[in-house]
Amino acid sequence: MNTVQQSEQAFDKKDSKLVISHIIFAFVALLIGGIAGLLQGLVRSDMIQLPAGIGYYQLLTAHGVLMALIFTTFFIIGFLFSGMSKTLGGKLLPRARTLGWLGFIHMGFGTLVATVMILLNKATVLYTFYAPMQASPFFYFALVFVVVGTWMSAAGMIYQYRYWKKEHKGETTPLTAYMSIITMSLWVIATLGVAVEVIFQLIPWSLGWVEGINIMLSRTLFWYFGHPLVYFWLLPAYICWYVMIPKIIGGKIFSDALARLSFILFLLFSIPVGFHHQLMEPGISPFWKFLQVVLTFLVVIPSLMTAFSLFASFEIYGRSKGAKGLFGWFKYLPWKDIRFFAPFMGMLIFIPAGAGGLINASNQMNAVVHNTLFVTGHFHLTVATSVTLTFFGITYWLIPAMTGRKLTPKMHKLGRMQTWVWVAGMAMMSGAMHIVGLFGSPRRTAYSDYNGHPDAAAWEPYYIIMAVGGTVLFIAVLMMIYNLYKLFTLPKGYEEYPIGEVSDLAEKPPKLFERWGFWVSIVVILILMAYTIPVIDILNNPSGGSKGFVTW
Amino acid sequence: MSQTTEEMKTEKEVVRLKDNKKTKHEEVNLKGTFASVMLLGGFLIITWLAVFILFLVRNG
Amino acid sequence: MHIHKLEKIWLVFGIGMLGVFLLILGISTFSYGLEPPSAHQAVNMENLYDTPPFDELGLNKLNDKEYEAILTAYVFGFNTGDEEFTVPVGSTVHFKATSPDVVHGFEIPGTNANMMVVPGIINHVTYTFDEPGEYLILCNEYCGVGHEIMQTTITVK
Ligand code: HEM
Ligand SMILES: [Cu+2]
Ligand SMILES: [Cu+2]
Repeated sequence: MNTVQQSEQAFDKKDSKLVISHIIFAFVALLIGGIAGLLQGLVRSDMIQLPAGIGYYQLLTAHGVLMALIFTTFFIIGFLFSGMSKTLGGKLLPRARTLGWLGFIHMGFGTLVATVMILLNKATVLYTFYAPMQASPFFYFALVFVVVGTWMSAAGMIYQYRYWKKEHKGETTPLTAYMSIITMSLWVIATLGVAVEVIFQLIPWSLGWVEGINIMLSRTLFWYFGHPLVYFWLLPAYICWYVMIPKIIGGKIFSDALARLSFILFLLFSIPVGFHHQLMEPGISPFWKFLQVVLTFLVVIPSLMTAFSLFASFEIYGRSKGAKGLFGWFKYLPWKDIRFFAPFMGMLIFIPAGAGGLINASNQMNAVVHNTLFVTGHFHLTVATSVTLTFFGITYWLIPAMTGRKLTPKMHKLGRMQTWVWVAGMAMMSGAMHIVGLFGSPRRTAYSDYNGHPDAAAWEPYYIIMAVGGTVLFIAVLMMIYNLYKLFTLPKGYEEYPIGEVSDLAEKPPKLFERWGFWVSIVVILILMAYTIPVIDILNNPSGGSKGFVTW
Repeated sequence: MSQTTEEMKTEKEVVRLKDNKKTKHEEVNLKGTFASVMLLGGFLIITWLAVFILFLVRNG
Repeated sequence: MHIHKLEKIWLVFGIGMLGVFLLILGISTFSYGLEPPSAHQAVNMENLYDTPPFDELGLNKLNDKEYEAILTAYVFGFNTGDEEFTVPVGSTVHFKATSPDVVHGFEIPGTNANMMVVPGIINHVTYTFDEPGEYLILCNEYCGVGHEIMQTTITVK
């Protein structure tokens, strides 16, 4: 049992620095991405026209890259490093920390170059950079830096983990560290796909070394990465929900073994499912699409398990305090505690978010929503609310824990206000996106009245709601930046790094859960099963490669 | 690990073992949890069916 | 591993629900021909407009009330031949599309006609127009600065 130890000592200074650097970088990306988001909402509703020179799609590229790739990745790596330090020995090994800094520098450099290329209008290809649109080679090199940087950080965490294992033979790895290692393994296996796409396809082609590019192959490699990417965002939020939230409310982790099992299922089933993003595409046969749809549905199961565990830890806690009736325990939750409240709103929003995900993934039903604003509405619930609010919730205790400060009631209140504004803005923006998406309004599209076509005219009221919601959201971004600043000015003191305890002692997780060779082999088998034949098919495409186009 | 935390641990383990005995006999009351997840399941079914019906209607 | 009784019931229910969804999707896909657009036919991008069927863009009447619509999506428009599509009410139209340049989308809002248009491959989608009207056809995949102006119509009367 790892969890009993509750050292009152402050966080290691050198580790704090690494973690805080990641978090601040993430929030700078959030602020810039938020400015782009605000402008997008206003342009789409025809409320403003962008001043000369800036294009809608340039903003959208910046928004997608900075939010989906940079904000998330920096936050996640900073957060996971803090958890490794906390639960695996109290501080990072020098080599792990060095790898963390190397990773940070590479990712940071990559981000800067990519952002400059986007601002120079040399890479207006959106964050999915689909060929045969061809960005400047610098943009692709920048992506390589970001990805390689994350690998360095992953190596640092794995190094720390292996060292701990060696020193603690036969012991069970602390839950936080175990989950972090799964998250980073998932990430490394997933990014291999996009790395192959960028290094072997896009870079040689953008440098003019090869004439043509196999478009379907590049899309397939991208989505081999693109779906596990969303689980890379989600799993750190799940770490907070499984491990930290029970501690924050004063309860226990419902089941350690089941928590580990659900993470293993995520590792297994979140990769061989990329075709659910390519359901409307030619060149992949319906059988293979459907097979991956089935696998996609399997990855819902661990989320069903998670839902039960979370409610259970709430209910057990409430009942231990004397709650009565079916839902009486609800009242006993610490609603005023921002460390609980923000992630809780994230969990709540995950209910409609998950429902939307099932709809998107449902094979032929995807025709109703594919490339409409419904999809945009969906991931503003998943990543931009469930995950993002959870990350905010983490920030409220992580920064004080790192800097030796103490949360104040006033800080809790600021946090609650911020959360409400975010939820209100998102409800408007995402709600309108879902509805107008079902009516067919396309995503990734600047304002257009389609020559006065009545279908498009019917979309306009929803665009207004989107713009108002987006503006409210932007206010929430500013409030969060202010709160972040306030966190650094809190009074000196001690803020706990909340690591939950396991409720039943009997549940020692099976040894099998840490046989990495075994699990990775199964992942590889599943990937080969789901992809080999369709990829051979794609490679045999006789139409030849495509040259590059710059259409912006 | 220092002496005091070691002691704390054993103390907690005793408490937990006691808890555990109780919970093994009559499982903890999770009726509210069950009701909550079933509501969630109902929500998933309703939204999914709604869009599936929309799909069928639009199929021309 | 110990699992609470109610959690077992929940998981059986949840997995059953997913199974039923998949069954509905699978049966309707493979027995009722509702496959998502997945055509496999390659086509040469270089001299696209000399290659059948794209050497003759536009509507071909196959049968009474059954048409084939050959078109390309290009930056920034839809090439439907000499005129925009017009068909009688109740017609079934098989749209066949590809792109001479980047990836585009093909969508008729309010219908299930929705597919990706990828250069080098032909994609198909079929729709039966039972209501008269002027249907909007738009591009729903970002393709460049003029993406939002890409449109055409199909008139049903
Ligand atoms: C101020 C808050 C935000 C506003 C106002 C906002 C607004 C928007 C709008 C209007 C779009 C584009 C719709 C389109 O034309 O397709 C968009 C796209 C997107 N947003 Fe946000 N958003 C916000 C925050 C976030 C956050 C926090 C994330 C993720 C962590 C996020 C991730 C994305 C992604 C991935 C896209 C898609 C880009 C693409 O299609 O290439 N957004 N957002
Ligand atoms: Cu996905
Ligand atoms: Cu387009």
